[in-house]
Amino acid sequence: MSDEEDIILSELDDDELVSQMFDDLYDGLKEEIEEGVNILLERGWTPYDILTKALVGGMTIVGNDFRDGILFVPEVLMAANAMKGGMAILKPLLVETGAPRIGKMVIGTVKGDIHDIGKNLVSMMMEGAGFEVVDLGINNAVESYLEALETEGPDILGMSALLTTTMPYMKVVIDTLKEKGIRDDYIVLVGGAPLNEEFGRAIGADAYCRDAAVAVETAKEFVARKHNQMAARA
Amino acid sequence: MTNPLAELLQTRDWLMADGATGTTLFNMGLQSGDAPELWNADHPDRITALYKGAVDAGSDIFLTNSFGGTRSRLKLHNAQDRAYELNKLAAEIGREVADASGRRVIVAGSMGPTGEIMAPMGPLTHEAAVEMFHEQAEGLRDGGADVLWVETISAPEEYAAAAQACAMAGMDWCGTMSFDTAGRTMMGLTSAGMAELVEKLDHAPLAYGANCGVGASDLLRTVLGFRAAGSERPVIAKGNAGIPKYHDGHIHYDGTPELMARYAVMARDAGATIIGGCCGTTPEHLRAMRKALEETPRGAAPALEEIAEVLGGFSSGSDGTDDNGPKRERTSRRRAKG
Repeated sequence: MSDEEDIILSELDDDELVSQMFDDLYDGLKEEIEEGVNILLERGWTPYDILTKALVGGMTIVGNDFRDGILFVPEVLMAANAMKGGMAILKPLLVETGAPRIGKMVIGTVKGDIHDIGKNLVSMMMEGAGFEVVDLGINNAVESYLEALETEGPDILGMSALLTTTMPYMKVVIDTLKEKGIRDDYIVLVGGAPLNEEFGRAIGADAYCRDAAVAVETAKEFVARKHNQMAARA
Repeated sequence: MTNPLAELLQTRDWLMADGATGTTLFNMGLQSGDAPELWNADHPDRITALYKGAVDAGSDIFLTNSFGGTRSRLKLHNAQDRAYELNKLAAEIGREVADASGRRVIVAGSMGPTGEIMAPMGPLTHEAAVEMFHEQAEGLRDGGADVLWVETISAPEEYAAAAQACAMAGMDWCGTMSFDTAGRTMMGLTSAGMAELVEKLDHAPLAYGANCGVGASDLLRTVLGFRAAGSERPVIAKGNAGIPKYHDGHIHYDGTPELMARYAVMARDAGATIIGGCCGTTPEHLRAMRKALEETPRGAAPALEEIAEVLGGFSSGSDGTDDNGPKRERTSRRRAKG
């Protein structure tokens, strides 16, 4: 037990509450996050504001500290789980209110590779940043990526590999996209422990992302650039 | 009966382990996506060549081709029901190569991670993990492995599960973890944390240490961390031959045999007893390492500056064993934790 008094979320003003929610996300406290989301809804916040200002804001801190080696996978998984609790409340309301879509990503580990911890982290952090994520799971052949791109129409294709023996398969996928003339329809991000920037460039990806936090930052940047280009053309 | 590896550890003050399995098999034509373990049945000649490569280059210990031999990993290739058989074959081929070598060579039964996250964070329970490792351990034991060799683990819970499985199979074991995230394992465990974990286990390993990870420099920093933690248990260093580079459709590691030879000597000076390579380490690297270990006198443990100068810089400023790592200032009150 601690000497500290209990925190009554409903007694905090908006700024204090959001700040407390940042800390509760950081500590992976799911029930407290759900309570915080409900209080903000009662106070008339729009679902989109709660998502971007409270949840995404908090997850950004988690992401930064993961990137900087302050937090590690177990803490990030707990934070993402708390975030998920909040998102479950907000998701239907976001659709109802026609909130803007931040972006959509199709992600999967490449053929032959069954590692999914890194990919799962990216999925969770991307969702934490407000992206819609379609997770294809592990061991994806080029056909399964193509099918998902066709049916889901994402902004981003994410590929993951944890083995030096499977990472060359990313090039197979990108080369196939080129052959079909659809490579430039998507932002292609790649990641995984044995990869590096040079490899990303060599196989023709848009970017290599060192970790899940970098993936989120890179995705935001590229989607913003894509939107700007579309606006310029319009 | 004393374990052959325990005996060797008593008579020799350093032992050389092997190099890369994946890199070597890839060079033999393994296609990305195929399970290396299936070759134990389909291409035993190639697995013999893999083992012989390490033995002929002077390795005292080599690891069997069974890294992905747990049920959960083989499931991907629809070979989950062949776990026992494929592990047994991996060790049987190893036994033949070791017995034909004309000297004492240890067959170490490789056991890699299950690839799943353990409870409470993930779906894999302790019991299920123990069961999978146990099945693999029995195959390796029955195929004639001298010792089991758990490697590339990130989670302390998974390491402990593997230890229990080795005990159930009645086998001595060694176990290394991969320190690839800011000097820690992916799950945040520091070198000091692992040294502590090892001593707490009911069935402690004959030797413990680090494999894979980032580059050779980081790995040596981890070895120094183990020694600083004060344990007298033998330490294993199995570092990658540099950093992977992609060239003309192939992965190539940039660490030269000369560099790995320097690494091997520095690893011994840092306090490692069992020294080998990981990804990218070919028999050519091993020969250079063996020669350097035989010809170079022992020296003082290298300072971090010296390691960085010879082998390249570290991937992070701190490895979490000092107070110099980055920290987060809290913005609001921390909740009372019950």
